[in-house]
Amino acid sequence: MSLKQTVTTPLLKENPLTRNVLGVCAALAITNSLTSSLIMSVAMTTVLVISNATVSLIRHHLPSSVRLIVQITIIASAVTVIDQFLTAYLPAAASTLSVYISLIVTNCIVLGRAETCAMNTGVGRSVLDALGNGLGYSAILIIVSTIRELFGNGSLMGVKILELARDGGWFQPNEMLMLAPSAFFIIGFIVWGIRSWKPEQREQPEFKPLVAPREVEGQ
Amino acid sequence: MNGFIEIFFRSVFIENLALAYFLGMCTFLAVSKQIKTTLGLGVAVIVVEGISVPLNNVIYNLLLRQGALDWMGLGHLDFSFLGLLSQIAVIAAMIQILEMVLNKFVPALYNTLGIYLPLLTVNCAILGASLFMVQRDYTFVESVAYGLGVGVGWALAIVALAGLREKMRYSDIPEGLQGLGITFITTGLISLAFIGLAGIQL
Repeated sequence: MSLKQTVTTPLLKENPLTRNVLGVCAALAITNSLTSSLIMSVAMTTVLVISNATVSLIRHHLPSSVRLIVQITIIASAVTVIDQFLTAYLPAAASTLSVYISLIVTNCIVLGRAETCAMNTGVGRSVLDALGNGLGYSAILIIVSTIRELFGNGSLMGVKILELARDGGWFQPNEMLMLAPSAFFIIGFIVWGIRSWKPEQREQPEFKPLVAPREVEGQ
Repeated sequence: MNGFIEIFFRSVFIENLALAYFLGMCTFLAVSKQIKTTLGLGVAVIVVEGISVPLNNVIYNLLLRQGALDWMGLGHLDFSFLGLLSQIAVIAAMIQILEMVLNKFVPALYNTLGIYLPLLTVNCAILGASLFMVQRDYTFVESVAYGLGVGVGWALAIVALAGLREKMRYSDIPEGLQGLGITFITTGLISLAFIGLAGIQL
């Protein structure tokens, strides 16, 4: 795989969210405003890059029996730094995101990339891989939150775009988009869209109806 | 005692971790094909939550929070920034110990839960419950109720989803939506139903 492909494959073809179902929790919970999902995307990508780079640096000295604990500790340290940074400089955003920044620790994407990529590739490529996965994840987050904030609240990043009916404008917002379940529907439809476009990602049905037996000819 | 029951029911239904806070979604979507497997997983989650949340509560209140080290004359120290590291370490260690204890003393239970236990280390529902416990400042008794409640709530949600998915095997779903897509939409619908409980005041 070329270096460019290392970055671009996770964007659509191997997207961590829609293809591998990793890291769904945060994607659903914080996507009701574009600002928080942008902050989340940056935090997530930073953690991914730090953890992938560190794990890749020490990969030759890491006995496989304790590797998971070491990886988790590295990830948790990176997340703690980001969490403290946000609390200090962006307190408003940090309180909206509440526990979800800390939950990057248990985000399967980070551990998954550390385990599958950083443990057996060089630092440069691991960082690129982390960037690619971070961007692929961010892309879905940004798409979902744009839809939710624009049509649910008529604004983007807190700036009014569509004039709401209750403030004398013309736009009747869809209140359901502000509720959590709408994220499930939007991601479900995104998955549907991607799989209609790229049929090789489709899953095989678990159950195939029996074909009706053909009538025997000549009777 | 009143608070105990209130927190329990609140965390089972109104603030269900899976359906209202979307925690533990990776496992939730991936391991919900059969009711039988989800029952095993659900029991494992209840056990782990029931132990890890009170345990983290004790550690946080006795060692990490500001002023907790007063008994050593170190009342001015605030170690709460270490909370995340200590919680994930406690959870990982606890699951490891639980696995060994079950293997030694209750092999039958180990055979049912064994495969799911390691998986739960990186389940956000487990860590999330501990983080919410710290954020909401629960006392020890409240944290026991909360731990059990979120465990039961999560188990309930995944069994419900598995029941639906078992029925849906026979339905005619558009090709691109099969598998992951329809699971997302079904979960959305269950979650919408749970939102109806949100207004209830206990």
